[in-house]
Amino acid sequence: MHCAESKQAVGPYHDGELDAESADALRQHLAECASCAMLSDQHARLRSTVRDGTTYFTAPHELRARVTQLARTSPWSWLRRRMQLPSWAFAGALAAAVALSVATTLTLIQRESPDALAREVVANHVRSLMVDHLADVATSDQHTVKPWFSGKLDFSPPVDDLARDGFELVGGRLDYLDGKAVAALVYQRRQHRINVFVLPAAGTARGDRTWSINGYNVVGWNQAGMRMWAVSDLNALELDRLHRLLQAKANGG
Amino acid sequence: MLGFVDMQESHTRALRFARLVEPHLDAAYNLARWLARDAHQAQDVVQEACVRALRFLDSCKGDDGRAWLLTIVRNTFYSAWRKRPPEELNPDIDADHALWSDRQEAWDLDPARLFQRKTQRERIDRALLRLPVEFREVVILRELEDLSYREIAEVLSVPTGTVMSRLSRARGLLARYLKSEDE
Repeated sequence: MHCAESKQAVGPYHDGELDAESADALRQHLAECASCAMLSDQHARLRSTVRDGTTYFTAPHELRARVTQLARTSPWSWLRRRMQLPSWAFAGALAAAVALSVATTLTLIQRESPDALAREVVANHVRSLMVDHLADVATSDQHTVKPWFSGKLDFSPPVDDLARDGFELVGGRLDYLDGKAVAALVYQRRQHRINVFVLPAAGTARGDRTWSINGYNVVGWNQAGMRMWAVSDLNALELDRLHRLLQAKANGG
Repeated sequence: MLGFVDMQESHTRALRFARLVEPHLDAAYNLARWLARDAHQAQDVVQEACVRALRFLDSCKGDDGRAWLLTIVRNTFYSAWRKRPPEELNPDIDADHALWSDRQEAWDLDPARLFQRKTQRERIDRALLRLPVEFREVVILRELEDLSYREIAEVLSVPTGTVMSRLSRARGLLARYLKSEDE
């Protein structure tokens, strides 16, 4: 390799962009040519100077918060964005559509509401994983988690550690479901996170229900005056096992 | 049932957005900040870029969104920039020999002085800010984001040969500026 060639190759060499053969040829040349060897040293020095010495600007919190909200706003606003309508036009169209269909859908809504709630459960679960805010109180100690909820909720959720059965309690947090503040208990089984939402059972008791929504499994059941929702990407069989275990605890098991 | 289908779709998109965009927000902001040289403008650029990224989520092939997002950030910055007086942009940058120094002395950085200065970071930042934006961006992408020549070429939509020569010129200039800071 000649000096002219070597001068071209020094940068790519330090960038790790030179193929093995050319790199060997360059190294050989650098061993023989003091002036090219000096150039190579200067390249290396400049490289580490810039890498170690330049300010790296990290995204401010408020920017991060705004961006993470972008995709999580309501589906309607996403639809509006996609259709590129101004908000008033969208609102108008939506109002017209609602006015047209409100009479016919009333009974439909009634029948569909449990599924809507199951979808809300899934949405809450996904959000809890996304924002890296799984637990307000992060501990496997049920005797810490349970008192944490008192004063924050007007009911006392059952908190059981099921580590012996392979469901480790990770912690708890407050969440919002069906228009109410609810308890969210977080369990872990292998790599799978499970949210168990607890809210006082409504007057009309619904029995055990299971759903599969967007790859997540959801189980809903009643126990001791509470409506329980478990949701996870865990398979339906194991999720149902958690349901049985919690129900057994509630029945004094 | 439009609502339900749409909700599912927006849910999947939210997941994909979270995977492709959110891990690279620092990289996006750092690039925007170095391009715009202003914190407020950088925030605006990144936010606008993320809105575009969400709209064109399908244009990201594969599961690594970094180079893809940086491309959008860069394009967003330049399209905002073009609305302003263009004198700072130099379309003939690659042919501008005044910016190109082969001279050996440009590389004479005294390592002792480089590393002993208390204000070293400021000096390096200042030198980088003096670079024309077309050179500054290749240095940021290469040295701070550790992108390969091929990835940089993709972000800039230029051939890798151009990446190589810009990087080489950028380093020559940077060494010269750092040296002049010493004097």
